[in-house]
Amino acid sequence: MLKFLAFAGMILLAPLYFKGGYLMNVLVFVGIHTMLAIGLNLLLGYAGQISLGHAGFFGLGAYLSGVLTATYGWNPWLAMPLAALMVGALAFAIGFPILKLKGHYLAMATLGMGIIIYIVFNETVELTGGPSGLSGIPNLAVGSLTFDSDVKNYYLIWSFTLVTILLTLNLANSRVGRALRAVHDSEVAARVMGVNARLLKVQIFALSALISSIAGSLYAHTMTFVSPASFGFNFSVELLTMVVIGGLGSIYGSFLGAALLTLLPEFLRAAQDYDIIIYGGLLMLMVMFMPGGLVRGVPDLFRKLLKKGGANHA
Amino acid sequence: MRFRCIQFFSAVLTLFVAQAAFAAAPIKIGALFAVTGPAAFLGEPERNSAKMVIDEINKAGGVKGRKLELVAYDTAGDATKAVQLATKLIKDDKVVAIIGPSTTGESMAVIPVAEKEQIPLISCAAGSKITDPVKKWVFKTAQNDALAVGKIFDYLQRHKQTSVAILTVSDGFGSSGREQLKAQAAKFGITILSDDTYGPKDTDMTSQLTKIRGSKAQAIICWGTNPGPALIAKNARQLGLKIPLYMSHGVSSKKFIELAGEAAEGIRLPSGKVLVADVLPNSDSQKKSLMAFVKDYQNHYKAEGDHFGGHAWDAVMLLKGAIEHGADSPAAIRDQLEKTSSFAGIGGTFNYSSQEHAGLGKDAFVLVEIKNKDWVIVK
Repeated sequence: MLKFLAFAGMILLAPLYFKGGYLMNVLVFVGIHTMLAIGLNLLLGYAGQISLGHAGFFGLGAYLSGVLTATYGWNPWLAMPLAALMVGALAFAIGFPILKLKGHYLAMATLGMGIIIYIVFNETVELTGGPSGLSGIPNLAVGSLTFDSDVKNYYLIWSFTLVTILLTLNLANSRVGRALRAVHDSEVAARVMGVNARLLKVQIFALSALISSIAGSLYAHTMTFVSPASFGFNFSVELLTMVVIGGLGSIYGSFLGAALLTLLPEFLRAAQDYDIIIYGGLLMLMVMFMPGGLVRGVPDLFRKLLKKGGANHA
Repeated sequence: MRFRCIQFFSAVLTLFVAQAAFAAAPIKIGALFAVTGPAAFLGEPERNSAKMVIDEINKAGGVKGRKLELVAYDTAGDATKAVQLATKLIKDDKVVAIIGPSTTGESMAVIPVAEKEQIPLISCAAGSKITDPVKKWVFKTAQNDALAVGKIFDYLQRHKQTSVAILTVSDGFGSSGREQLKAQAAKFGITILSDDTYGPKDTDMTSQLTKIRGSKAQAIICWGTNPGPALIAKNARQLGLKIPLYMSHGVSSKKFIELAGEAAEGIRLPSGKVLVADVLPNSDSQKKSLMAFVKDYQNHYKAEGDHFGGHAWDAVMLLKGAIEHGADSPAAIRDQLEKTSSFAGIGGTFNYSSQEHAGLGKDAFVLVEIKNKDWVIVK
């Protein structure tokens, strides 16, 4: 709990330091990506089930919110939970057949699902505006306060993200969390111990999709524009990278992964045309030398350095 | 003596002032191009052209003694990135205007940012909805799809080929073209007998073409960018389709002729005048700009300039024009841009007004036919 309060304090005070520059805008995306990474981490890190289609759920949330508010004039606060429930229900329904699969087959099935959703966004031109996107999505507002600047959006998004972190931390440390880890290590053993593994996997898949959908709605209302290109296969892979680089089965690790993958391209931009090479190289090094992710790798690194330092002094 | 003294001092002072003016801070212009990713065929020539023309302007002493500085970022064709980078250009780099983005989707995403931060945006994308309805801070240099469609339909109507089949790619360019084809058909008395699409990464369109062969279409209109249309041209040859094939301005570069090879012969398409710059009559008002662009591009990059690069060239020149009229703040530049009239650029002759931010007329396009691996103007 203390760790969470310290983290929340740091997040809430960050804008004072950055004073509304461009970095504020990037930090808004760090918040959205953190939510997405946490959603995927529940599935991949805790339950041990891979998904290569999470960008699809993210996109569904964004498009449902976008179409309901921009085309049909709904209140955004009403559209967001409805979108989340619909996406959750959809994931629940497709979860039953899909999660029977394991390993590469599950990866293939979720990959296919993501691509189907992507194609739907592209082809239903009358509804989604097709490849050139859907514009005119309103900002979220509370009374006369409209969330239309980076600083306001920062607080909006991060309050959602912090709540997500708090809830998922609780979930991870509960009976359900233990059951999930049991499924992760051995599904058979978990079943023997009385865990309804099949239902549990589907439930966590639906929860994961629901979190992604809320992140999608928030994305749509901050950007006020959505287009299919943002929800393609590449983004699913990027999410997966965030989770793995950050640390499987760690909520704070998801934050670290999301922050790193969102901020790194900004700092590498100075390297101009070589940024992609450096970016790829860094990711490779991290996976090679920190297989447990940043959340375990960085403390380990410090410990090693300290030990070495100590040995030299002695 | 005293007079001399004053003269001397005033001379020094003049020099000093001149020096100060010369060393004045450069005017920063932002640019967002999709240099990598699926739209790289647009972004790369655009960035190259923008860099080139700004170098040329600075070599000639800048605009009113002030140099221009280009801050260009790569959006990789992604709308999210485009919005982030637009914010960066405005907040961190403090640019006075933004050129780009390259695609309609990205432009639509960036428009709310430009409108809110009140920075003029000159988009290089073709979608009509970028400037329709008119948005206060948004202009564009690429020819509307509507004009290209009009050019083809006008020709078809005059040659009595009034039942057509359309085959469009399912991306931003293709869906915008499809929308325009369907919207304008009635106006030219043209009936669309079949309406098919293909995916941007498809490698064989025989099934769509077989379906078209079974219809009574007198012509096929295909709307897409490389490499799809080249495959369609080849597939049509293989199937022995005899009806004429029309393409969009999306393939009006030498690359298409290379890709389609023998199958490109006889295909007609609307194109910006840059392809046929050397055979245009001297009386054409765009000839001077076109020849300068083609020559500079050849010198800088040892490659043929195309009309995508031309969109960026036009955008920089329009900004230069505005700055020459004394504008150096975003608001003043916007006001000057809106007053632009009969500027003969690469894409056509631009006339902006408070009701018109696309600025081009029907003369922006010529209809060309591919003959012996080269372009010939058809009337």
